[in-house]
Amino acid sequence: MLIESGSPIAADTKVEIGLTINGEARRLQVAPWTTLLDLLREQLDLTGTKKGCDHGQCGACTVLVNGTRVNSCLALAVMKDGAEITTVEGLAKLSGGNGLHPLQEAFVEHDAFQCGYCTPGQLCSAAGVLAEGHARTRDEIREAMSGNICRCGAYTNIVDAIEDVIQSGAQG
Amino acid sequence: MASSPEPYFGTARSRVDGPAKVTGQAKYAGEFEARDLAHGYVVSSGITRGKIAVIDTAEAEAVPGVIKVLTHENRPRTAWLDYNYQDAVAPPGSPFRALYDDKIHFSGQPVALVVAEDFETARYAASLVKLSYEAEEPETDVARKRDLSYTPPMKRAGIKPPPKPWGDADAAFDGAPVKVQQEYRHAIEFHNPMEPHASTVIWEGDGRLTVYDKIQGVSNSQGYLTGVFGLKKDEVRVLNPYLGGGFGSGLRPQYQLFLAVMAARELERSVRVTLTRDQMFTFTHRPDVLQTVSLGAGPDGALQALRHDAVSGTSRYEDYQEVVVNWSAILYRCENVALTYKLTHLDLPTPGDMRAPGAVTGVFALETAMDELAYATGQDPIALRLKNYSERDQTEDKPFGSKELRACFAEGAERFGWSKRTPEPRSMREGKELVGWGMATGVWESLMQQSSAQATLTADGKLVVGNSTGDIGTGTYTILTQIAADALGLRMEDVTTKLGDTALAEAPVAGGSWTAASSGTAVMKACRTIANQVFTMARRMDHSPLANVDFDRVVFRDGRIAVADDPTRSVSLAEAMKAGGVDRVEATESAGPDSSHQKEFSAYTHSAIFAEVKIDEELGQVRVTRVVSAIAAGKVINPKTARSQILGGVVMGIGGALEEEAMLDHRLGRVMNHNLGEYHVPVHADIYDIDVIFVDEVDKANPMGVKGLGEIGIVGTMAAVANAVFHATGKRIRELPITIDKIIG
Amino acid sequence: MNRFDYVRAGTVEEAVQAVASGANARFIAGGTNLVDLMKYNVERPGRLVDITRLPLDRIEERDGALRIGALATNAAVAYDERVKDRYPVLSSAILAGATGQLRNAATTGGNLLQRTRCYYFYDEGTPCNKRLPGSGCGAIGGVNRIHAIFGTSDKCIATHPSDMCVALAALEATVRVTGPSGERTIPLAEFHRLPGDEPERDTTLSADEIVLSVDLPAEGFAGHYTYLKLRDRLSYAFALVSVAAVMELDGQTIKAARFALGGVAHKPWRNPEAEGLLLGKPATRETFAAAADRVVSEATPHSENGFKVELARRAIVRALEQAAAGTPQSQTDKRIA
Repeated sequence: MLIESGSPIAADTKVEIGLTINGEARRLQVAPWTTLLDLLREQLDLTGTKKGCDHGQCGACTVLVNGTRVNSCLALAVMKDGAEITTVEGLAKLSGGNGLHPLQEAFVEHDAFQCGYCTPGQLCSAAGVLAEGHARTRDEIREAMSGNICRCGAYTNIVDAIEDVIQSGAQG
Repeated sequence: MASSPEPYFGTARSRVDGPAKVTGQAKYAGEFEARDLAHGYVVSSGITRGKIAVIDTAEAEAVPGVIKVLTHENRPRTAWLDYNYQDAVAPPGSPFRALYDDKIHFSGQPVALVVAEDFETARYAASLVKLSYEAEEPETDVARKRDLSYTPPMKRAGIKPPPKPWGDADAAFDGAPVKVQQEYRHAIEFHNPMEPHASTVIWEGDGRLTVYDKIQGVSNSQGYLTGVFGLKKDEVRVLNPYLGGGFGSGLRPQYQLFLAVMAARELERSVRVTLTRDQMFTFTHRPDVLQTVSLGAGPDGALQALRHDAVSGTSRYEDYQEVVVNWSAILYRCENVALTYKLTHLDLPTPGDMRAPGAVTGVFALETAMDELAYATGQDPIALRLKNYSERDQTEDKPFGSKELRACFAEGAERFGWSKRTPEPRSMREGKELVGWGMATGVWESLMQQSSAQATLTADGKLVVGNSTGDIGTGTYTILTQIAADALGLRMEDVTTKLGDTALAEAPVAGGSWTAASSGTAVMKACRTIANQVFTMARRMDHSPLANVDFDRVVFRDGRIAVADDPTRSVSLAEAMKAGGVDRVEATESAGPDSSHQKEFSAYTHSAIFAEVKIDEELGQVRVTRVVSAIAAGKVINPKTARSQILGGVVMGIGGALEEEAMLDHRLGRVMNHNLGEYHVPVHADIYDIDVIFVDEVDKANPMGVKGLGEIGIVGTMAAVANAVFHATGKRIRELPITIDKIIG
Repeated sequence: MNRFDYVRAGTVEEAVQAVASGANARFIAGGTNLVDLMKYNVERPGRLVDITRLPLDRIEERDGALRIGALATNAAVAYDERVKDRYPVLSSAILAGATGQLRNAATTGGNLLQRTRCYYFYDEGTPCNKRLPGSGCGAIGGVNRIHAIFGTSDKCIATHPSDMCVALAALEATVRVTGPSGERTIPLAEFHRLPGDEPERDTTLSADEIVLSVDLPAEGFAGHYTYLKLRDRLSYAFALVSVAAVMELDGQTIKAARFALGGVAHKPWRNPEAEGLLLGKPATRETFAAAADRVVSEATPHSENGFKVELARRAIVRALEQAAAGTPQSQTDKRIA
């Protein structure tokens, strides 16, 4: 069923939405109560995007929606109808290369993760920070990245990695 | 021919699992797909103690898409005896059994599992399960149960109880010219790995199960499942290739595993159960421990009496134990020592090992007390520690196998600039902020566990090694790859390490900082066995260049076996295997601690931590602007991943010092801040510069000379920060976390 | 999370109509608070009316001042050049709150309407008069370190968690809303309410009214302002105490001054009498202390939050010092100015 402005869609109905995910346009059937995060993980097997708290308190689910970083756990998929979504699986495409995004390379080089579970969120958030263009100094990077918790404590290495990418002038 | 590479051992290498982790390809326990997968959602108890009067699942079951609601009233039967529920690291007692009966033992206890066709339906239906209770008054405050403390009648395996006292600590304390006697405490902490606990149970159709479980060692889950569900080992394979953080929370199988397997067997269908973040506050945690440290010393600071008494909370059903007080007599020499460790029952889930369990707790108290003694005797904190430096482990009356703690003090102090410190509290300032420099010592056991590993070399020059232990973010995949590549002279790219699968050689859980030594040695041995076999083939070749050469005179490099002092004489691994008529060589070896070395020596890692804080005293804001952690932990296999281990420990230590606190409403017996918004762990903005030093240390407890790094980074960090806060403000805060209210109070 | 009907509104009228005709219907925009609360079963709307496609996201000039559309995201407002230049206290307060991700999603209207972070409100297993009227207040006598010290009632001691609203209170913004009975304008001070006997009501907005915009006054106090936030970690935590202060000086004499507190009451907390003590006085620590003393003299702390009284007093003084000196608190350099 398609969404029509002003017409209620019953709770138990699946509706058709369109999303461009990592460059691929897709038509999807979703229930109104499905979050973007659960859509990605449970229906599309894009499990790179992580569920750490499901309440916007950890940042592990960060993805780019129309180029802007948001917590996908707090976004209802139906409301993102028509949006372009980039997840960690599609990050490399953003930089136009076939290999890794400069941030991904820098994270490996600087050992900016340990268990790896917060990493996709850190990467998508960092890509968002680059695009926003408000952070250049270490203080600014730290503050801008504070929505991404890393319980392994890789923070200094993450900031090193992002600083490296900012200084090299590479953009997301 | 390519130039000979240097050994990988001891060199900084990027993680071999890095590309998988930065591209989202690394899959965690709750992410494996299965055909026809059902989703389980746990219903948690609203009360803390008492029993369920009525549980009504009718409304939940009526929701389209709900398959089953499991409760204590309709659950399938499982094993009867406690013994069957005791996993490999269980403390003495009766392990918690989910949905066992109507009794409630702790707040948030699982009371039902709703299984549905999709996650959202399961979550919704879970909210429709109606419960009423007969509640009893809970007791969750260790301070109110102090008088009922007891010495645990059964010791927990692997946990040394306090040694018998020596000398007369009380008399010596009474007579000592200088006395420090204080109480110390920290809040209950929850591990909160970023990945919530999850199990995906795949029903294989014939009763066999393949289980992806969030665990720090799959063999432990497998053993648990065979005990509880009467399965044979070959009926249940457990895997966990990646673990999204454990810190001890994944040592024991947690209740989502039990529930997911129970549901899968009942429904004969694949089931996934993932806990919510709130439910991550309903099992293991670092317990709240009441500690008293009494130090009696001469005017010069030389210890004359040392008492360390601790009372720890545990659950009513298990006697969780950790080593809290022993550290005091391991770190410092003293003639009169008394150490006690007792438990008291609380209506909480059983506590569990959390990164450097016991040491974080005990060393915080001890090292804060030592700072107090340094001020009481007018000495530099490092000088005081050197004056009381222990050359022997008094608790075992043995020398240390290695102890380069003096080098930690010297190199750490140098890097930090400690000599520029003015000792008087409140004497250092920068603008509106008071500056404080504090230091502390850290100590942790250096352990090794019996562990096996397998290795397979194929004719194409590729080597696969592995065992069932887990890489919990520590870098195990990487260091085992380095060790294996070195052993057979291969490039790291030609080596694949497989972990976290019960189909692989058995190894213990990844914990206790023992994995590098245990799995590393086992992998090395397995590779050496392969090397020996291939060497034998090489030597038997017609006109072999290695004829009449002994194994100990050859080196393996660049995929070849060469005479050490005449590299022109060499045979490639492939040639040797071809000559031997094999396309693969396999070996499984086991390694364990060297018992004669263990008998002779005590084995510990040590550290010196230096912390700088900047405090806006008027407003109570504390910033930890600089930490130097100097580590003595034997040989370092990979300085890059090793450094990360220490960084992680320091960050968690800063969190413990300033932020981490489970806030209990003792009237309800409930943790109220059960989420990551209100249970504060450090964020990026909290963490400034951290400098890690590995001092040289030669240790012979295992062939590689490694001592383990997973926990030492956190031990002592809380005390270093608390001591820096004292130096900055003159305020001695003995209850963690040091929050704004305590600074301005 | 319960099941709900979903309506995508194409116009404001359609949105208002869809809310009026649905059982327990709610507007949703950023979703950062509502979806969070729905997952905890604290909010159980029967219908969600998606207003994200309404043309309410603009920040526009109006009579020499700015009108901020209800759907302008927190990030859009904080980084808007006009806001940064003319209302820097608003930009600073927004950047002190939440995280980059949340600010990108959360809207101005949603921020106004965000609900308390009281532990008991969030936890179905405990009593809370705000969540379930009549069930009691768990926080009174319980874990209340983060709770209110001003304007509490025996039914509720929750705080309003917003940073943005604290700045809006100091700026004396107004909120423009519309509903079945037409458009109206609510001064910010009257938008949020004290708990009293109806803690379940956070604001004076009717359930069927929708926020259209926040209208800023012409005066933005760009010369002398600060937003000072004290919390349990250096970022990504709600305020224990925060202060938005704005000032106009004539030499060293205070010509105009306002300050509002966050984290201490069910609404951004102002005390006009205390502000009055500043007028015509020299901008000194003594003057500021007198105003701060007046504010905290009315505090009624609870079992665990007594420290907030002294913290609020000191924070007011420091914030006024920062504003007077023209050294506003940075939200990235965590050293307190």
